[in-house]
Amino acid sequence: MAAVPNAKIEPPLPGANLQALREVVADFDYDQLLWASGYLAGLARSGVGAAVAAPQPAAAAGADAWTVFYASETGNARRVANALAEKARAAGLAVDIQDLADYKPKALAKVANAVFVVPTHGIGEPPDGSELFFEFWLGERAPRLEQLRYSVLALGDSSYADFCVMGQRLDERLRALGATPVVERIDCDVDFEAPAGEWTEKVLAHATESATALATPVIRSAHLHAVPKTAAPTRERPHHAEILVDQPITGLGSSKDVRHIELDLEGSGIAYLPGDSLGIVPQNPVPLVEALLETVKLDGAAEVTVNGEAMALATALAGHKEITVLSRPLVETVAQRHEALRSVLSDRERLTGFFATRQVIDLFADYPLEWQPQPLVDSLRRLTPRLYSIASSPDANPEEAHLTVSIVRYDLYGRAHWGAASNFLAGGAETVPVYLEANERFRLPADGDVPVVMVGAGTGVAPYRAFVEHRAEHGHTGDNWLVYGDRCFATDFLYQLEWLRWRKEGVLTHMDVAFSRDGADKVYVQHRLREQSRRLYDWLERGAHLYVCGDAERMAGDVHQALLDVVRKEGGMSEERAQEYVAGLKTQKRYQRDVY
Amino acid sequence: MTDKPLSPLEGLKKRSNYLRGTLVESLVDPLTGALREDDTQLSKFHGFYQQDDRDVRAERTRRKLEPAYQFMVRVRIPGGIATPKQWLELDRLATTHGNGTLRLTTRQAFQFHGVLKGALKPVIRGINDVLLSTIAACGDVTRNVMCAPLAELSDVHEAAYGMATALSQYLAPKTRAYHEIWLDGEKIAGPDHEPIYGETYMPRKFKITLAVPPSNDVDVFAHDLGFIAIEKGGQLAGFDVVVGGGMGATHGEPATYPRVGDVIGFCTLEQTLAVALHVAGIQRDFGDRSERKHARLKYTIDDRGVDWFKAELDRRLGFPLALPEPFEFKTRGDRFGWQPARDGRWHLTLFVPAGRVRDTEKHRVLTGLRELARIHQGDFRLTPNQNLIVANIPDAERARVEELLDAHGVQRLQSGSPLKLQALACVALPTCGLAMAEAERYLPELTDKLEALLERHGLTEEAISLRVSGCPNGCSRPYLAEIALVGKAVGRYNLFLGGDALGHRMNRLAEENVGEARILETLDRLFAGFVAQRTPGESFGDFTNRSVFREEDA
Repeated sequence: MAAVPNAKIEPPLPGANLQALREVVADFDYDQLLWASGYLAGLARSGVGAAVAAPQPAAAAGADAWTVFYASETGNARRVANALAEKARAAGLAVDIQDLADYKPKALAKVANAVFVVPTHGIGEPPDGSELFFEFWLGERAPRLEQLRYSVLALGDSSYADFCVMGQRLDERLRALGATPVVERIDCDVDFEAPAGEWTEKVLAHATESATALATPVIRSAHLHAVPKTAAPTRERPHHAEILVDQPITGLGSSKDVRHIELDLEGSGIAYLPGDSLGIVPQNPVPLVEALLETVKLDGAAEVTVNGEAMALATALAGHKEITVLSRPLVETVAQRHEALRSVLSDRERLTGFFATRQVIDLFADYPLEWQPQPLVDSLRRLTPRLYSIASSPDANPEEAHLTVSIVRYDLYGRAHWGAASNFLAGGAETVPVYLEANERFRLPADGDVPVVMVGAGTGVAPYRAFVEHRAEHGHTGDNWLVYGDRCFATDFLYQLEWLRWRKEGVLTHMDVAFSRDGADKVYVQHRLREQSRRLYDWLERGAHLYVCGDAERMAGDVHQALLDVVRKEGGMSEERAQEYVAGLKTQKRYQRDVY
Repeated sequence: MTDKPLSPLEGLKKRSNYLRGTLVESLVDPLTGALREDDTQLSKFHGFYQQDDRDVRAERTRRKLEPAYQFMVRVRIPGGIATPKQWLELDRLATTHGNGTLRLTTRQAFQFHGVLKGALKPVIRGINDVLLSTIAACGDVTRNVMCAPLAELSDVHEAAYGMATALSQYLAPKTRAYHEIWLDGEKIAGPDHEPIYGETYMPRKFKITLAVPPSNDVDVFAHDLGFIAIEKGGQLAGFDVVVGGGMGATHGEPATYPRVGDVIGFCTLEQTLAVALHVAGIQRDFGDRSERKHARLKYTIDDRGVDWFKAELDRRLGFPLALPEPFEFKTRGDRFGWQPARDGRWHLTLFVPAGRVRDTEKHRVLTGLRELARIHQGDFRLTPNQNLIVANIPDAERARVEELLDAHGVQRLQSGSPLKLQALACVALPTCGLAMAEAERYLPELTDKLEALLERHGLTEEAISLRVSGCPNGCSRPYLAEIALVGKAVGRYNLFLGGDALGHRMNRLAEENVGEARILETLDRLFAGFVAQRTPGESFGDFTNRSVFREEDA
């Protein structure tokens, strides 16, 4: 780390800033350090240093300036927003880009031109961190927004009933508050790239018509360590990682098959941090492709075209199309011939249940159509990569990444069901295409002395293995508390021997477990947090960072409620004060979630 | 006494505050199914062993899971007599918290297997709720006191059983730790105390048994302290005293060996408790506390001589022990089927293969006995041969009992050779941590193969005693069998031959570290020789004793 400022030169920075800078660059490799030094020099020349340091950068001023807002958990919205801002800048526009999680909600009242990239998560929720923005602007106290011209791009996943609902709500609300829509909202599914690209062009066309190029754009400081090396693999050009280990880690007799997968990243250019995810570009299971072909009575050798490329139908189904998770357009297509499905589509509850309990093959089997190869392929979504939280510390396992993968494979309605990526990873493949999906919203505290509380259920424990391993590797002395839940102690205690070892070594200061199927009462992680309320509040008061990883639908909400209750009880606070306390944790990035 | 440092376990006992250790903390640790290491030693005094399913140990380690820890809980039940109410509770606990089986042991105790840590408290509490206990069922203390379960002379048996109960009570640990930990008893204010044992208890386990001639079913010469009932005028007059028996040994360590006890005298009924107290006391004070493999009473006696022992005992008693009375043993095995009791009631002895009470598809023994316990007016008795006596059934109930057992496929009329019916096996794999080879799980296969050999030689009706042990510690008392297999490694055994039929004479090592094929080959040859060369009335054990070891005897 020769590039780190030498102590003999008196740095013109206060100690805390210097420390922060050191921590930011601590994990940079040679290329990244070189890049960063150039980047900082550029900032110095353009005179935006103050803006970088400011915790709350102001939106670009002036009637012609544009602000691109995004909210992002998986990084998709951030990518779309970045691409848009990039193009706008290239076109000479003044563009500010804002993460809603860091944005003071009321400031929108002074913005003239805005673009929103808004994803919807799980059951109709905004991404973590952006709750305050939505609460304010969807709430009754929101002021009028006559000055605002805006466009909304909604992102979502049509396998959920509440598809794109956050984007829709925002669009409707802004209109109701008197703002003027510029480009009509579109609702994008998981294969959003193409429609988002078209929409971006439209927005830019409008913007360049009415605007004059002005100021240098402001770049947020957070992007500093999100910049990947140029050679790093992407979802389009993934690295083919060798599978080094595929080890079942649930015991015999478990209701689940969870694997510990070790991947070789040597020469991949992937440099990850604990908290990051790995994107897996899967192939669908061959038996599923065969079963699907049999169900729709088509020949796998039939020729089809996907994105202008000719290929066999079986190839398209295996490697290009989503054939496990249902999507709304697909159900709508089938519903044109099946009346029974139309009532499902119009009933949110039923649709949610339908999506939750059925896969593509169930739809095709239960609602048969005379499918032809090309229309079949066209009606299916693009096969999207699956993200897995990395379960290893890069420093303890150089050139490797470990994943904790629950194999999705079950029989229902007399048919075999499969998960795409899990069966791909554990299906005997020698290599898997992977790329890095950085997650700046799930990071260990820069200070190794700061305590952390890690709450996770099932495979949600994966990033904590990375966290604890990382802290052990670096000899960080901060206390570590893990609250872990799964089904059965005897068979489902993922990485039990490692936790016991880390406890014995003193790395894992405290650990609570909740096994939901062992006793008469179902006990979950949130129950443990309530039981340990005094300890939890004490740790938070000591500055602990709190992490939640796992199921978004139930666990994350239950844990959040438990946290509010704990703060209220132990802090002797009102409901409202507790809300503020927890919101404060989020603002300070001391309450981070990775839920899915 | 010795100048060698005390064994680590002695320090552990001393530090444990009368067996408390950190058991309470161990029990509530939710991250592991195991106890803290020190507590795994102390737990034995409370009646349970930490074990794990060894069949899956390696695979679980690969899966980053700790071993499948589980516990064997042993019930202290002097003389092995349980009421139907007690049986029902033990059955319930085994079904609810154990692996769905009850194991009857060679020392007339019940064992639960597969009890998880979280279930220890309910199990131990349940056992105590029906006035049984687990205290000192294992550990360096006086273990379950055995007593011949049935005798021709009922009055003698009744009196002997009464003495077994009295001895058990008298020599049980008195620490309040057991009540505190398991029965939520109040913590005592002052220091605890242990009037007989002191804070370091015995140097090693201490076993007491009571035999009632003519049956030596308890193997009276295999225990630290044996009492042989002496009858006079139809009443129990007292006991011949046997000291220094013991089965345990270690492979490859000649300093460790099994030993048959010495008959050193006779005591009256009134003197019996005092004799037991002082025999235990001598062992407490003189037993080797530095080397656990040399800590049983048998070594204390061999190191100092039987004469020294008798003199020390006489000195402590304050009177000389009388000369032994004559006795004669005629049998050692159980008599199956119906036998009349003296008062017109009946006893029914059931064969329980390897002592394992469980349901199989054909034989629903656990369920059948549960149903039987619901209507049974007498009691249940565990035999030292791992079998079960349904005792004191009124004449009018016999038909109903038979009907009920038949309905569950519990066999009353035992088929099979006498060899199979009196064969013993310890638990061994997969739960026993000491096991080197299979025993209980292997016994049915082995007896089938031996029966085929016997049939070939026309020896099917020959009552040859066979005992299989998974390790040399000898829970199935292998060294007193005519044929014994003592585990060396999976599939490999030491073959011992030449014990007598009644448990007076130990067998000897005939072949070392051999597999099944070799064992069957050897026995096939010996069976043939036995048929050709036996003297009139000669047992197989006597025959092999004189023929197999000719060279070493010469």
